[in-house]
Amino acid sequence: MTGPRTATAARPTERAKGHAPRFRRSGATRRRLRTALAAAGFLAPSLLLLLGFWIGPMVGTAWVSLQDWNLIGVPTFVGLDNYTELLGDAEFHAALGHTLAYLAGYLPLVLVCGLAVALLLEAKLPAMTLYRATFFLPVISSWVAVSLLWKGLLNPADGLVNRTLAAFGVPGPGWWTDPDWAMPSVVLASVWKDVGFVAVILLAGLQAIPRDLLEAAALDGAGWWRKLRSITLPMLSPSLFFVTVISLINGFQVFDQVWVMTEGGPGGASSVVVEQIVKYAFSYGRVGYASAMSIVLFAMILLVTLVQLRLQRRWVHYE
Amino acid sequence: MTTRRRVLAAAAGALAAVSLLAACGQDATGGTDDGATGTVTYFTFSAAPDHLKELDAIKAEFEKQNPGITVQVQTAAYDDYFTKLQTSIAGGTAPDTFELNYENFVTYARAGALLPLDERAKADKDYDANRLYPKAREAFQFKGRLYAVPSTFSDVVLFYNKKLFDAAGVAHPTADWTWADERAAAEKLTDKAKGIYGDYQPVTFHEFYKALAQNGGSFLSEDGKKATFNDAKGLEAAQWLLGKPGTVQPTVAEIGGKADYDTALFTSGKLAMWHNGIWQISKLAGTAGLDFDMVTEAGNTRKANAVFMNATAVSANTKKATAAWKWARFLGTSQKAVDTRLASNWELPAVNDQAAFDSYLKKTPPANRKAVFDALADIALPPVLDAQQSKMQDIVTQALEKAASGQATPQQALDAAAASVTALIK
Repeated sequence: MTGPRTATAARPTERAKGHAPRFRRSGATRRRLRTALAAAGFLAPSLLLLLGFWIGPMVGTAWVSLQDWNLIGVPTFVGLDNYTELLGDAEFHAALGHTLAYLAGYLPLVLVCGLAVALLLEAKLPAMTLYRATFFLPVISSWVAVSLLWKGLLNPADGLVNRTLAAFGVPGPGWWTDPDWAMPSVVLASVWKDVGFVAVILLAGLQAIPRDLLEAAALDGAGWWRKLRSITLPMLSPSLFFVTVISLINGFQVFDQVWVMTEGGPGGASSVVVEQIVKYAFSYGRVGYASAMSIVLFAMILLVTLVQLRLQRRWVHYE
Repeated sequence: MTTRRRVLAAAAGALAAVSLLAACGQDATGGTDDGATGTVTYFTFSAAPDHLKELDAIKAEFEKQNPGITVQVQTAAYDDYFTKLQTSIAGGTAPDTFELNYENFVTYARAGALLPLDERAKADKDYDANRLYPKAREAFQFKGRLYAVPSTFSDVVLFYNKKLFDAAGVAHPTADWTWADERAAAEKLTDKAKGIYGDYQPVTFHEFYKALAQNGGSFLSEDGKKATFNDAKGLEAAQWLLGKPGTVQPTVAEIGGKADYDTALFTSGKLAMWHNGIWQISKLAGTAGLDFDMVTEAGNTRKANAVFMNATAVSANTKKATAAWKWARFLGTSQKAVDTRLASNWELPAVNDQAAFDSYLKKTPPANRKAVFDALADIALPPVLDAQQSKMQDIVTQALEKAASGQATPQQALDAAAASVTALIK
């Protein structure tokens, strides 16, 4: 309402000009109203979906986390019992530890590899679009397909990786059947899938760096490493920040690869938080307990993301 | 963003939707509406994928005898079955009738998901309780009431390849064998250069509880309040299983997660002894060139055989209670169901019907079909932990995996597992 009125007030002179401007003015009002309605109309479906399938379930999960419920019977309210039980659950703590171990392997690898690929993909070469598309292919593939592919490649019995190693006389490890190699196998598959995503975001960031900065540095005698450290990386920091936050959030929720490749095994060696949530909710009949785990995971992700947002002031440079 | 997020979102969405639906569903308890005609849904894990034809034949006969009732069959693989069943019950879309096994039966009965059947059984003059195998009838009682009609049972035996035994000059297994006999034979039969293995027995909960019984041990204390499988007898049972992979049996890494690896190994004549269920008979008998027989498993200090029992339950929320009861009764006791199951080497009907079983015993291969019934003399039923069954099974299987992969000694793994299982008992 205020919008059109201010607009009218702002152009007092037009009023004197008779019918034509008035006609135009009421047209503007109608146009604005129509724009607002259209915006609301376009937003409504996604807002409703967000409310119904995201906010609603989150509130629902918080409520269920206070219940003892096996999906079949009637839920009983147990207060914070599920949360206090979580405090003493060694298996959950182990799963949390494995999730952090996964992040410790996955995050640096995917960032460094993503940056390396982005730098390579920036080069001026014939058929560069083809290379870019190739690296992006795993990103748009399904997690289950990628996990099955890697489970096959890393098959200790007759996988391509171990066969190749054997051809060079190197005995390959048991990969996902060996407790020490199960998590590295999952990390490997995940990095392979996500590196294209990180690279594409960083590539966009690289292309936005003004050429003259790099040229000036080169004139001053800066080498490749110097330019990377003092110009490329600082200029790239907003993109780096973005992919770090996203990768960390996704990394905390690692599930599909684990479920398909190891099922948390052998002997729980690669058990992660979301895998525990799924097991408790859908095979152990403890939906309330699983919901409490979800809420704890959510809180942890939120906390880590907030800390990152705070820390970014120290290292992210916005132009 | 990625699938993982979507999976989580979907899971969260499902949870909320399910809680809403459950709230609605719960109001409609009772199932007192006496629907005698219409469509009855039936959810099963034992029919797919090998016995759908047989189930269709049983269904057709039932529909012929009961005009006005149509049965709609839904199937799922055993691994997904209970997840789907749970979710459909929570969502208020439970099938009218569904298959339950002994281990999971109590969970559903206690949660109030099943319709008590005693009154219907009493009122139905076509139902003769004595026709059912008594142990099976007992197994599906909860607090003294009948909650499911027993349908089938099956047991686990030792299948063996006669050709491999003869070629290695080893005497065929007998019912008097002990673990030591089996181990000695397995070692002689294993010939890794030719890709031949002597033995195959999964290292899992189900094998462990049975081996424990074969060793005279007990899984829980007498009052059921404490896990006792980590004693000397339990350790020996665990070592019996753990000693096989890598010596007379391929390791987990050698198997490389291939589905039905053991089945393929046995049917291709590269496995001398195979611990598996009698549901494999139809496949083995149909494999050309496979000369096999079977015998009850070796005991250590005593004989003990794993028996699986299935039954048909009626949903507490069904609107077709009368028709559902008729279908459950038909699946369990009708001549058509009994004959169909026996003729196709499906799981055995849980009935007292010697005449029917005689015809089954006469068929070969295997020659020693009697072992199926001999096994019933020494039954070791799995321990049942009420609502925590799958968690308990996972704890034990995971402990064995830990020991097998060297993350803990067998004793350490059993101790930790026993402590976790004791903590589950409330």
